[in-house]
Amino acid sequence: MNFFLTIVLDGLIQASWLFIVALGLTLVFGVLKILNIAHGSFYALGAYIAATAVTMVAARGLPPAIGFVAMLLSVALIASAVGLLLERGLLKMFYGRDEVVLLLVTYAVFLILEDVTKLIWGVNPIYATQPYELFGNLEFAGLYYVGYDLVLIPISAVIGFAIWFGLNRTVIGKIVLAVIHNEEMSVSMGVRVNRVYAIAFAFGVLLAALAGALTAPKISMQPGLSSDVIILSFAIVVIGGLGSIEGAAVGAILVGLARAASVHLMPQAELFVIYLIMAAVLMFRPEGLFKRETARRI
Amino acid sequence: MKKDLHPLVMIALVAAATLFGRALPTWTLSLATVAASNALIALGIVVLARTGNVSFGQGLFFAAGGYGVALIANAWGLTDAVTQVVIGAACGGLLGLVIGPLIARYSGIFFGMLTLALSMVFYGALVKSTMLGGSDGFNVGRPTLFGMSFTDPREADFMLYAVSVIVTGFAGIGATILFRSEFGLASLAVRENNLRAEYLGISANRVISINFLIAAIFAGASGAFALMAQRHIDPQFAYWTTSGEFVFIAVLAGNQSVAAVFVASMALELVRSFSNLYLPNTWQLVLGVFLLGVILFLPRGIGSLWISKRHGRSTSKAALAIEEGAAQ
Repeated sequence: MNFFLTIVLDGLIQASWLFIVALGLTLVFGVLKILNIAHGSFYALGAYIAATAVTMVAARGLPPAIGFVAMLLSVALIASAVGLLLERGLLKMFYGRDEVVLLLVTYAVFLILEDVTKLIWGVNPIYATQPYELFGNLEFAGLYYVGYDLVLIPISAVIGFAIWFGLNRTVIGKIVLAVIHNEEMSVSMGVRVNRVYAIAFAFGVLLAALAGALTAPKISMQPGLSSDVIILSFAIVVIGGLGSIEGAAVGAILVGLARAASVHLMPQAELFVIYLIMAAVLMFRPEGLFKRETARRI
Repeated sequence: MKKDLHPLVMIALVAAATLFGRALPTWTLSLATVAASNALIALGIVVLARTGNVSFGQGLFFAAGGYGVALIANAWGLTDAVTQVVIGAACGGLLGLVIGPLIARYSGIFFGMLTLALSMVFYGALVKSTMLGGSDGFNVGRPTLFGMSFTDPREADFMLYAVSVIVTGFAGIGATILFRSEFGLASLAVRENNLRAEYLGISANRVISINFLIAAIFAGASGAFALMAQRHIDPQFAYWTTSGEFVFIAVLAGNQSVAAVFVASMALELVRSFSNLYLPNTWQLVLGVFLLGVILFLPRGIGSLWISKRHGRSTSKAALAIEEGAAQ
């Protein structure tokens, strides 16, 4: 029983940050119809920026709580700026081209960002562990957990709810939904689709970077981080259905649990299991678990 | 209709390219070998892309070919280069035969994602299989040719170059004939609109499956070349960035000309080795900028540089109409 609980808790901790990353990916796909390969790079960017912020704060002898706040603020600022810049400066030029072409554009961005992070932060592992002790250790059903890990679960739940609320209960959200459902009609109703695109993309980048910042204290930052994360978040959004928030949540929980279960039961099958689930979902429900069926155009 | 090169002329071109290898310095020779081998797999992607589907998981067949050849070579001491290529192609082809019909139902982004997922399943399995050396992989011996073994590295390099150029060249000739055939044109029809193609009595699934099989065979053979060139294999063969690079070559080439695939592959290798030399830490950055530039300024690939010039307005108009059809 205890063993089972361990798997569930570990899975939920994994799922919490994966959900935030996948949320950004699915939002960008929903609005811009771009499957963003560079999404993992934004995660890595967030993690690296967070590490810099945390180290700078720690070097001045300030408490880790300030480091935690500083890392979130700096990541939010830089990521939104990078997102806006990329969308306005680069992606805009490729709108109207084939989905696969846009995919390759983001692949190019991925390649570029990969080297840019290496140039700025080098290739050696970087750590930012100070905020990790912030919430102490907790005993839960006879097991010890790092408080920081458990705090991630409510944080991601709040972020998920905020986005759901923002999309479904506010005017701006309704406009974004309108663009998702029918772009042409939204344009004719006077929606400034360009602006929605820019905001949605920047928001997607922000979410990825935020997830990177939140996990930065837990991990070591080194090259290859981005390609690992994008592979996981791809699986999540494809399992849940591209463009669906509920899907991202369910997908993240499934992937988180599958990862935790395989780590505890069969460590050799980690990546294998996730992609097996993804392949199975695609085989039987290619639109994902939560995507509405759309009419086929003849 | 354009005036086509006669197949015999193309064979002469391949022979000329092979003999040209004698004049090349050693570093260009191995570069050209890699370029030819990559061109083969990219050619498969182009063949498949003519049905409107882009595979982001060719690494699966690449690795299957490589591992198949490596295992057989180590188990039975089979080192003949040509046999190894045949084995690689067979391994890729067998896998393609199984997977093709299963995923022919999907299109666009789902097709890409599914191929990616399958290659990553394979990667995950390879990394964790201790029998196959896990993430480190294992080594294989030097290839031979028709019972001759090459101790002089220069001779060995030329042998590999010759075999890869000849095989890739013949694959290119085959692809050219295929593109002009009824089946090749049916593939384009499927890309434009698979439902309309079905109304005309073409089975879209069958067309996609067969093209997929061809792409898988090319990828398997290419995996055999990569193995012979490196004499080492590891799961990186199946990783998604490996597949991404092949798609990169295919996009660079565009789908108008088979020759463009070779030019694109060579261009990529040159860019890579030069930026490796002069900008050792930023070759991915250079590659990314290069890719963006091609997508932006040569939307129909390197091939459009000479194809539109040679055939005047009529074909470029037709190609444009095809592009529009695909976009809708």
